[in-house]
Amino acid sequence: MIEGATWKRWVFFYVPLTVFVVSLLFPFYWMLVTTFRPDSELYRPWSAPNYAPLWTTHPTLDHIKYLLGETLFGTWMLNTLLISVAATAISLFCGLLAGYALSRLKFPLAGGLGAGIFITYLVPQTLLFIPLADIIRNYHLGDTPWALILTYPTFLIPFCTWLLMGYFKAIPRELEECARIDGATRWKAMLYIIFPIAVPGILSAGIFAFTLSWNEFIYALVFLSSPEEKTVPVGVTSELIRGDVFFWGPLMAGALLGSIPVAIIYSFFVEYYVAGLTGSVKG
Amino acid sequence: MARVLIRGLNKKFGEVHVVKDVNLEIRDKEFLVIVGPSGCGKTTTLRMVAGLESITSGQILIGDTVVNELPPMDRDIAMVFQNYALYPHMSVYDNMAFGLKMRRFKQVEISQRVQAAAEILGIGDYLKRKPRQLSGGQRQRVALGRAIVRHPRVFLFDEPLSNLDAKLRVQMRVELKKIHDRLGTTAIYVTHDQVEAMTLGDRVVVMRDGVVQQVGEPLELYNEPTTRFVASFIGSPSMNFATVKVTEADGGVWVINEGIRIMVSAEMGVRLRRYVGEQVALGIRPEDLRLASSDDPAELGFDAVVEVVEKLGSEILLDVKVGSAMMVAAVEPTVRAQVRDRLRLAVNPERLHFFDSRSEAAI
Repeated sequence: MIEGATWKRWVFFYVPLTVFVVSLLFPFYWMLVTTFRPDSELYRPWSAPNYAPLWTTHPTLDHIKYLLGETLFGTWMLNTLLISVAATAISLFCGLLAGYALSRLKFPLAGGLGAGIFITYLVPQTLLFIPLADIIRNYHLGDTPWALILTYPTFLIPFCTWLLMGYFKAIPRELEECARIDGATRWKAMLYIIFPIAVPGILSAGIFAFTLSWNEFIYALVFLSSPEEKTVPVGVTSELIRGDVFFWGPLMAGALLGSIPVAIIYSFFVEYYVAGLTGSVKG
Repeated sequence: MARVLIRGLNKKFGEVHVVKDVNLEIRDKEFLVIVGPSGCGKTTTLRMVAGLESITSGQILIGDTVVNELPPMDRDIAMVFQNYALYPHMSVYDNMAFGLKMRRFKQVEISQRVQAAAEILGIGDYLKRKPRQLSGGQRQRVALGRAIVRHPRVFLFDEPLSNLDAKLRVQMRVELKKIHDRLGTTAIYVTHDQVEAMTLGDRVVVMRDGVVQQVGEPLELYNEPTTRFVASFIGSPSMNFATVKVTEADGGVWVINEGIRIMVSAEMGVRLRRYVGEQVALGIRPEDLRLASSDDPAELGFDAVVEVVEKLGSEILLDVKVGSAMMVAAVEPTVRAQVRDRLRLAVNPERLHFFDSRSEAAI
């Protein structure tokens, strides 16, 4: 909190915060309003006398009905869920073991390996999808969920590894040493002591990995082609933008429904994941 | 119960030689304290005994077994860490039971042992709490309890009291001593606090720069330090040192500098004779200095000017200037001394220490 005169608090705290919050939330609000706005209002010109851009006078569920009834939105949701959960599980498993090894075990090239994993994370997806497409084709995985379940870990594993590595490093080494004196093998010490303490870190890595795969666009766009295999971000944009015609109502309805699962997950684990990011281990 | 034997122990971290040829025997049921300034290799030595650090060369035996290659879990030891290292996600009970569970003890046995340890330590009421709900002293007790329940052959303590406040530290020190007397388990205790070392140890090891300086009972270290380092490290306030020249006159051996002129005892004179004409370090403990009375012989005292008076209650510390050197004298609380007073201090010739100025070994 900023101390001092009231005007200072307004100038340095309330006003910037308000600007930030409004500009951050406005797109979501726009999405919400558009979802429930009837087409007649949506395509009304700026100059019309009863033009009301910020709210709607005749809210309607037409767009949502259209989205659920006339498109494969339900299938896309299931696809996205399946792919995200599987990719997250694989990445979390690998990230846990790699993060633990890189932060705790002494072995030759440990530092180099850690840096190497980080560098792979820096390679842009827009570059990586070209060779990956070749691999996907060679293994005949194109247009199946496996194309994404196996390629998402290429950026999720480095991400999870680095996040968890930092978290494991923050856990006092003595805890593990004590466990090993107490009679635990390294494996058991990891399982019973380190992992339970790292739960906030593991959860936040999981949430991030899940969100990243849920929102992923490029790989999904390139590797999947049939409508019934698509994920939400690709399905919504490819099936609801036809030529140069934007079906704004169903598009926004798709965006709204597509972001609900992520929002639910965040709200469930928000405390854990803040603790995970700030890396606080209390003894 | 077991004896621990350390033979020719060395540890190198890359080029840095942190533990140099350490030889120690910790007897069965003994409480051995390793003391020294930070970075002297005492903790590394302890960690090698625990199996947490590999051994560069040398041998460690627990009982009759060479444990060099044994993992920590197979050495039958328990260790208490400076930061307690309690498992934050487990209750006090589970913290104490963890070692027993890992060793597949029966539930009944675990419960009995935890209850017994909790009773000894007075933590029976907290068994269901998590470590973060405990105070520093309570956490320390839990850490001790976790070591006790295992009935190990050797206890290892790595500065266990240094995170506690001064009052609690004194209290826990006494309790530790009681617990050791009761259980009689061999213990190795590492600390940088010489008071802890003196009060807890059956014997004390003083280390410096990876080398064992002296091993002995507390009073032996205090009364007969073998090096200047041990003399200055043990005792509080620490020993006064002055550089003096050895001369022979009037049938006795004298040590002299600009402010001091003392005749040493006949016995010490014999030992100092080969230093005649050379400089040596004279060491006098503050508590061996007292105000001279008119009966004191002139050759066993020197003049000093008071610069600071520290009234501690049970005694008064006088920071005095002797010639160009500063000394501290611990005198009776009844002494009325003022800053800038000039007074005469008397020494007991039996309680003077002399050290070779090059090798720093006691003469």
